[in-house]
Amino acid sequence: MSEAILYSADGDTETVLAAPGLRVSRTRPVARFAFRGDAAAAGKAGAAFGASLPMTPLAANQVAARAALWLGPDEWLLLAADEPPAAIAAGIEAALADVPHALVDVSERNLALLVEGERAARLLNTQVFLDLDLAAFPVGMATRTLFAKAEIILWRLGDEAFAVECWRSFAPYIEGLLLEGARGL
Amino acid sequence: MLLIQCPYCAVERPELEFRYGGEAHIARPESPSELTDEQWADFLYMRSNPKGVMAERWRHVHGCGRFFNALRDTVSDRFLAVYKAGEPRPAIEVSAPAAPNKETGR
Repeated sequence: MSEAILYSADGDTETVLAAPGLRVSRTRPVARFAFRGDAAAAGKAGAAFGASLPMTPLAANQVAARAALWLGPDEWLLLAADEPPAAIAAGIEAALADVPHALVDVSERNLALLVEGERAARLLNTQVFLDLDLAAFPVGMATRTLFAKAEIILWRLGDEAFAVECWRSFAPYIEGLLLEGARGL
Repeated sequence: MLLIQCPYCAVERPELEFRYGGEAHIARPESPSELTDEQWADFLYMRSNPKGVMAERWRHVHGCGRFFNALRDTVSDRFLAVYKAGEPRPAIEVSAPAAPNKETGR
């Protein structure tokens, strides 16, 4: 599956939780960027990045090991697992030399948890107050939202697979609540 | 909990994702130094606080991060319309406030 190229489980420390129909795992570090700019800047950035920046609200566009997630009308999260952050930033900055924009390396700020299995949506719904039915939250949809009191970016990778991008310092809080939630399912 | 439509994300989201931003359509005076203290205090502090339909700012802080405006009935707490920042206030016919419920007095 293509998402496995972007997010791969992180060796020895990968498993947070494994239960019937449920698996939560940590992922290897990937390059992450917060990109701000208007539509013209986003178009050029997408061409340089290799995955175009979606203009549709809540959309995500993944091309092999790179992805661009719509976060706001002028804000995107860029993810890449195939090159170090500096090389990617240099490529985008070169293409955007004459266009106002902001490209910030946030690789170390976030980490991603994979929540997979037939009960994944139910587990997330213990703390996420969104309708995660496939009709309301289809595969490929990505959004910033709240997980209890922590802000996350929730991205549906498959029918039964979600990525939870959270701030690094919030991860123990989120993992702890996922463990607690799984006990009550 | 209120469900609030975000005009940028085009979805309804729980109130938890939003922050209230006060009354909308209050423009900062062009040249504050030319105002009297009373006029400046009016701009800073005086709000209409209506009983009924009110235009107010909201921010989808845990979503797209954008400020937008909403028309909300302060009696029923219903959102009548949401619109993007910079757009004019939509014309909404204001229905008479509902008669108080005799049993609850509200």
